[in-house]
Amino acid sequence: MHLSSNDSRTVVKVGLASCGIAAGAQEVFDYLAEEIRTRNLPVRLERTGCLGMCFKEVLLEVLEEGNKSLLYGEITRDRAERILREHLEDGRPIKDWIIMGEGIHTPLENFFSKQRRIVLRNCGIIDPESIDDYQDAGGYQALERVLRSMSPEEVIEEVKGSGLRGRGGAGFPTGRKWEFARNAPGEPKYVVCNADEGDPGAFMDRSVLESDPHSVLEGLLIAGYAIGALEAYIYVRAEYPLAVKRLKVAIQQAEERGYLGKSILGTHFGCSIRILEGAGAFVCGEETALIASLEGRRGMPRFRPPFPATSGLWGKPTCINNVETLANIPWIIINGGKKFSECGIGKSRGSKVFALAGKINRGGLVEVPMGITLREVIFDIGGGIQNGGRLKAVQMGGPSGGCIPEALADTPIDYESVTGTGAIMGSGGMVVMDESTCMVDVAKFFLSFTQKESCGKCTFCRIGTLRMLEILERITDGKGHLRDLEILEDLAQKVKEASLCGLGQTAPNPVLTTIRYFKDEYEAHIEKRRCPAKKCRALISFEIIPEKCTGCRACALCCPTEAVSGEKKKPHRIDQVKCIKCGMCLDSCKVDAILVK
Amino acid sequence: MAKEMNGEMDKESLRQLLEKHESEPGALIPILQEIQESFGYLPEEALVFVSEEVGIPLGKIYGVVTFYSQLYLSPRGKNIIRVCHGTACHIGGAERISEAVSEELGVGEGATTEDGEFTVERVACLGCCSLAPCVMVNDETHARLSPRKIKRIVKKYRKTRVD
Repeated sequence: MHLSSNDSRTVVKVGLASCGIAAGAQEVFDYLAEEIRTRNLPVRLERTGCLGMCFKEVLLEVLEEGNKSLLYGEITRDRAERILREHLEDGRPIKDWIIMGEGIHTPLENFFSKQRRIVLRNCGIIDPESIDDYQDAGGYQALERVLRSMSPEEVIEEVKGSGLRGRGGAGFPTGRKWEFARNAPGEPKYVVCNADEGDPGAFMDRSVLESDPHSVLEGLLIAGYAIGALEAYIYVRAEYPLAVKRLKVAIQQAEERGYLGKSILGTHFGCSIRILEGAGAFVCGEETALIASLEGRRGMPRFRPPFPATSGLWGKPTCINNVETLANIPWIIINGGKKFSECGIGKSRGSKVFALAGKINRGGLVEVPMGITLREVIFDIGGGIQNGGRLKAVQMGGPSGGCIPEALADTPIDYESVTGTGAIMGSGGMVVMDESTCMVDVAKFFLSFTQKESCGKCTFCRIGTLRMLEILERITDGKGHLRDLEILEDLAQKVKEASLCGLGQTAPNPVLTTIRYFKDEYEAHIEKRRCPAKKCRALISFEIIPEKCTGCRACALCCPTEAVSGEKKKPHRIDQVKCIKCGMCLDSCKVDAILVK
Repeated sequence: MAKEMNGEMDKESLRQLLEKHESEPGALIPILQEIQESFGYLPEEALVFVSEEVGIPLGKIYGVVTFYSQLYLSPRGKNIIRVCHGTACHIGGAERISEAVSEELGVGEGATTEDGEFTVERVACLGCCSLAPCVMVNDETHARLSPRKIKRIVKKYRKTRVD
């Protein structure tokens, strides 16, 4: 939407995806809209999606005449005021705040230079609520080409030739999935976009849906044409209200332009798209559970085969693809499967989007060619570890994945190599951990997640994970035995083998990989009753170093249990009986006088 | 937001809601979501009504409602505070954010304050991982939090009510 329609030369874009908004982008945007109007500036204000630089939110881009772009980072309302005054009114860009721009050298240049943006091609560039913007960027040309000049079989061949594999985690070849569904007997057929992104630590799909929803719709329609479906569904997580809103806008716009409906672009192909919002069940990301949920039932997985491609929604052939997978499709059709497969390594072709988070300097969304190493992603693109810390491990694949230690940071990112480490490629969460992260605690965290989200159908998943969790709790409470590690590994194997779906089959992975790579940490908890990362509360204590304490009372005032005592301007003490080890004192102390033991 | 069923008037609006979904097979979950939208939770009478009208046994509906964590059988607070416990938030100190919220409101996770103003929830991941730890209050996400910052935010929502 172009908010100011006078033919202005300078364009200002504000990133308005969820992370931007959380950092205050809406306030900046509203302020600019108001000021540009009242000051009558020859400036066009536009909204855009996520550029992936979450660590620099709020982002504001100024596109001057001749498309010269200057990107400002960490913008607040006050800073926006100064940019308005000095840059937009007086033509003097504020160099100190520019994080990227032509002819300007900043340390952030390599953030994009090592990326390969196919899925994220439009994210942060176009207005996600404008179909015009999407079309100007080449949008819907792939659908047009497919409908006018390609047979469904040709589409499937093109996708097969690209080597694209499912980006939701399992990595099944997309073209073959389509072929199965096309050849399966039974009418009608369905296509489903799986946008039930549930892995904690992953936000690729949210970002794509919020920043470029039309690309997903276009991919879904092409999938529908390829397999011969008349109805499509998008199953979105309930926690993503903005994604749902933008999808609804996009669907309406696509209908108005004739890209959706009974006879798309005047051809014989017709397809409708319906959005269904999840109701909060992680397991619904699993294909058969998702189908049960679409049918209005408890989202419990069932035995496969039959696979959904032959018997899915209402027992009919159903093709389920992930958001990122579908967003690749229009690009593949326009540029050719061959071009896509040129990027990548081994059996992993193309690019992959990752959500970088945790103790990393540049947390955000990046898209890299398959085959790049973890180290390159974390250090070259992600800018290394926060506060000069050391990389300890990187968690990939969420609760189904594992922790890859620093020693394996040169592992190339492809499905097979990542699986070789004990983790999985997964949907794209990459959580970086430093020395302050306790690996036993991380294992406990993931297991408590899967334990809670287990649907309860398989005994080992339901009860086995609970027993494993109890053991981990015992260990972090300082009550573990060395034998516990054997029991954990034994239970893990049984849970893997005796569970129907991916949730149970992979739930032990975080435990197994941490035992494999960080056994010394488990042993420290068990034998020495010590948490090396100083995280597990039962194993640590807080003390005040009298020589450093200035008696400022900051800790005493914030302590929720009044465990800190002492006279003003004199060293304080912590009563170990009252202390609940919440760490508030540590945060409040300005002179580093709190010691964690 | 939460309100009681109000006899015939509400039954009529429920009937309209069911008619709207008549042509869609398996629309039970969207139906429940819409009922929850208008009542703030799923009143028992509404579920009985749906069961009778649509012909799905009440036990089955109950099974569905209790399966999904975002369908509620009892009224909730006017403001919903969702504390994110995703991986990045966990590493960034989400546990202490939860404690700060509980301290400020005097209720634990999953509970509603006595005045019905706030319900505190623990959610798996809000997808705002790069700005962890974060909390969603109603539809608004607050990021890069500290225990102190979240207490201030909660106070602000409480104040809005007084004004």
